[in-house]
Amino acid sequence: MTDRRIFDEMTGDGSGTVRDPYLSYNEWFAEEDPKRLHRKAQEAESVFRLSGITFNVYGRAEADERLIPFDIVPRILSAREWTRLSRGIEQRVRAVNAFLHDIYHRQEIIKAGRLPAAMIAQNEAFLPQMIGVTPPGGVYTHIVGTDLVRTGEDEFYVLEDNARTPSGVSYMLENRETMLQMFPELFIRNRVQPVSNYPRLLRRSLSECAPQRCTGAPTVAILTPGIHNSAYFEHSFLADQMSVELVEGHDLKLVDGRIAMRTTRGYQPIDVLYRRVDDDFLDPLNFRPDSMLGIPGIMDVYRSGGITIANAPGTGIADDKAIYSYMPDIVEFYTGEKAILSNVPTWRCNEPDSLAYVLEHLSELVVKEVHGSGGYGMLVGPAASKKELAAFRDKLTAKPGNYIAQPTLSLSTVPIFTKSGLAPRHVDLRPFALVSPNRVDITPGGLTRVALKQGSLVVNSSQGGGTKDTWVLEE
Amino acid sequence: MLGKTAGGLYWMFRYLERSENTARLVHAGHRIAMTRSTAAQDEWASILATAGADAAYLSRYDSYDGPSVVDFLLRDRDNPSSVMSVIEASRNNARLVRTALTREVWEAVNGCWMVLKDLLARRVNERDLPHVLTTIRERSAFVRGALHGTMVRNEAYDFARIGTFLERADNTARILDVKYYVLLPSALHVGSSLDNVQWETILRSVSAEGSFRYLHGGDVRPLAIADFLILDRRLPRSLAFCASKIGDNLGYLAEEYGARMPCHDMSDEICTSLRTSTIDGIFERGLHECIQSFIRANNDLGAQIEIDFKFNG
Repeated sequence: MTDRRIFDEMTGDGSGTVRDPYLSYNEWFAEEDPKRLHRKAQEAESVFRLSGITFNVYGRAEADERLIPFDIVPRILSAREWTRLSRGIEQRVRAVNAFLHDIYHRQEIIKAGRLPAAMIAQNEAFLPQMIGVTPPGGVYTHIVGTDLVRTGEDEFYVLEDNARTPSGVSYMLENRETMLQMFPELFIRNRVQPVSNYPRLLRRSLSECAPQRCTGAPTVAILTPGIHNSAYFEHSFLADQMSVELVEGHDLKLVDGRIAMRTTRGYQPIDVLYRRVDDDFLDPLNFRPDSMLGIPGIMDVYRSGGITIANAPGTGIADDKAIYSYMPDIVEFYTGEKAILSNVPTWRCNEPDSLAYVLEHLSELVVKEVHGSGGYGMLVGPAASKKELAAFRDKLTAKPGNYIAQPTLSLSTVPIFTKSGLAPRHVDLRPFALVSPNRVDITPGGLTRVALKQGSLVVNSSQGGGTKDTWVLEE
Repeated sequence: MLGKTAGGLYWMFRYLERSENTARLVHAGHRIAMTRSTAAQDEWASILATAGADAAYLSRYDSYDGPSVVDFLLRDRDNPSSVMSVIEASRNNARLVRTALTREVWEAVNGCWMVLKDLLARRVNERDLPHVLTTIRERSAFVRGALHGTMVRNEAYDFARIGTFLERADNTARILDVKYYVLLPSALHVGSSLDNVQWETILRSVSAEGSFRYLHGGDVRPLAIADFLILDRRLPRSLAFCASKIGDNLGYLAEEYGARMPCHDMSDEICTSLRTSTIDGIFERGLHECIQSFIRANNDLGAQIEIDFKFNG
C-alpha cells in the first residue's frame, strides 16, 4: 500500500499523521492489548452466528448460511463531512422522485431534450403499468440506499442510487449494537450520532404514505420472498423492530378490493406493504405469470388507491445503470441546482465512440451490466486475466447496449484489524434515506462495506466483502 | 397474528418435543441392548414402530442392528422424524416466526441447531451416545425454559404450548400402542424378569421410572403403569395431563378471541372421556382399542386446530 494516490481515511496521505475524526480512536487503540481485541473479534462472530445474522448464498445448498465478516475498527466521519454528504443525498433523492413522477406522467425531461426518448422507451426497467399512476403521498422511493465511494479528502462519488429495494440496513443497526456491547468505553470517549431510530422512522414514514382507502392507524407489513431468500434475516429483523407482520405471497389475497393478510381471526386488510420482492414477481396477473412470490391483482388494488407499495413499482428506471450517466442532468433539471455529489464518469457502450474507447482501454476500466447488481456479471479490468478480458470483449461486442464502463477509481481505504495489526482496505458507503411526503430522513452513517483482501476493490458480501460500524461524530 | 405464524409456532414446538421424545426412545432401547442383548432386536423394532419410522427403516436396512437404528433415528436426513431432521424443521419454523419469539427463545433454538449439527455431523460413536442423548434433551429443555421465562402469555405462547402437548400426548400414546400387550393381564407373569425389563422400558421412555417408584413404591404392576401413563394428571407426560393442558391453552385462546370454535368441543370431549375413565374400565373395553381411539382423536384435534386458526390458506 505505498500507492500515494490512495486516500486512507485514518492517515490521509500517509505522511504519518492521523486525521481528526480518528484521533481519539487511535489513542484508544494504541493502549489496547491486541490479544484482547482478537478475543473480542471472535466473540463478535459467535454473537452474530447465534443471533442468526446470516445470509444465504444463491445457488448453494439451502443450509449454507454465511456470516458477513464484521471488522471491529469503525469507519469514522466528521459532522462536517456528513453534513455535506447528507445534503447531497437528499438533493439526489428528491431529484429521483421528481424524475420518476415525470417519467410516468408528462415526460418533460424528454421534451426538453435532456434525456433521449430511447433511454425510456427501450428500457426494460420502465414499467408501462405505472404510466399515469401517482403513488400515495407522491412518494416513489420510500427507502433509498445510495452507494458512495471516496477518493480524497473532499471527493465523494455516487456509484449507484439503489432506488428499488436496497438491503443492508440491518447490518448498519446490528453492527452498532455489537460495537456498543463490545466496546462501551469507545462511545464514552467519542460522541457518535445514534442510528437506532431507523426502524421507528421507517415505520412512521411508511405510515405517512398510507393510501386513500386507509381508515384509522395504517396497518404496515413487510413482504418477503421467504426464508430461503438471501436477505431473509433482514426482513424478519425489520418486521421485529417495527412490530409489523412479516408476510409472504401465500399469506395474502384480494378481499373486497383490498389486499388482506390471513390472520388467526380471518383476513385483515394491509394499508402499506414494504415489499422486498422484485417488481417482476409482485403480481402474476400483471407481471410474471409464473411468480409464486406475489399476490394476484395487487397492481389493480394499488392503482385504485387500496394499498401503498413501497418502493413503488417501476422505480428501477431511476437506478438503471444506463440512466445513471444522466443523473447530473436529472438533478439539475428537477432541482435547479448543480449536483452536490459527483457522478463517476461513465461511458455508455451503446454509443459507438464510447464503445470504441472502452474496447481499447478495457484493462483499465470497470465494465458493468446495465441491469446487473450484487457485483455479478461485472469486469474489473485491472484485476482480470487476458483470457477474462478476451471473453468479456466478445460479450461487449455482441451486446454493447447491455454495458456501461467507468474508470477504476482509487477507492479510499480504512484500516481493518488483522493478525498483524491495522491494515488498510478499500471501502464504500451506503447511507439509507427515508422519504415521506414532507421529509427526507437520512440516518447518520450507513453501511460501510469493506474488501477484506488486500488491494481488492470488490466489497460485495456475495463476493467475500465484510462490513464495519460507521460513525458520524457529533459537532 | 398471521395464521402462518400460529402454525409456525405450533410446529416449531411439536418438532422440538419430537426430538426429545426420540432421544428418550433411543435411550431406552440402548439400555435394553446393553443389559439384554437377546431382546435387543425386538426392542429396536418396536422403537422404530413407536417413532413411526419402521417402514422407512426397512426400505434401507435388512435387520434391526443397534448402530443402524440409532443412526437412522438420530441423523438420517431421509428420515423426516430423525432428531436432526426435526431440529432443522423446528429451527426453520422458528425463523419463519422470528418476529413472534423473544430473542432468548430464538437464540436457544438456533443454539440447539448449531450444537446438534456439529454433534450429529457424523455417525455417533457408542462411547459418545449417552452424551449426545443428554445434549438433545438439554437443548430442547433450554428452549422450553426460554419460552417459560421470557414470552408474554398471549396467543403466541398458547400455540407453542398446544403444539408441545399434542406431540407429547401422541408420543406417550404411541409407546402404549406398541407395547400394550406387555401390560395386558393375560401376559401377567409377575416377577418374570422379562416383564420387569419391558415395564421399566415403558417408564423410561417417558422419563417416569423415578416418579413411578416414588408414587407407587414397589408395586410394579402393569395396571398401575397403565394408570400412571394414561390417567394420572400428576405425570407431565400422561395422556390426561397433556389433554388438560391443551384444553387450558385452547381455553385462553377462546377467552382472547371471545369465541369458541369446533376444536374447543373436540378438546372438551377428550378431556371428559379421560376424566371419567377408570383404568379398570379401560382394560374392560380393551386397552388397545382405547389407545388407538385416543391417537385418532388427538390427531383429529390437531387437524381441527389448523383449520380453526387458519394455519394454511
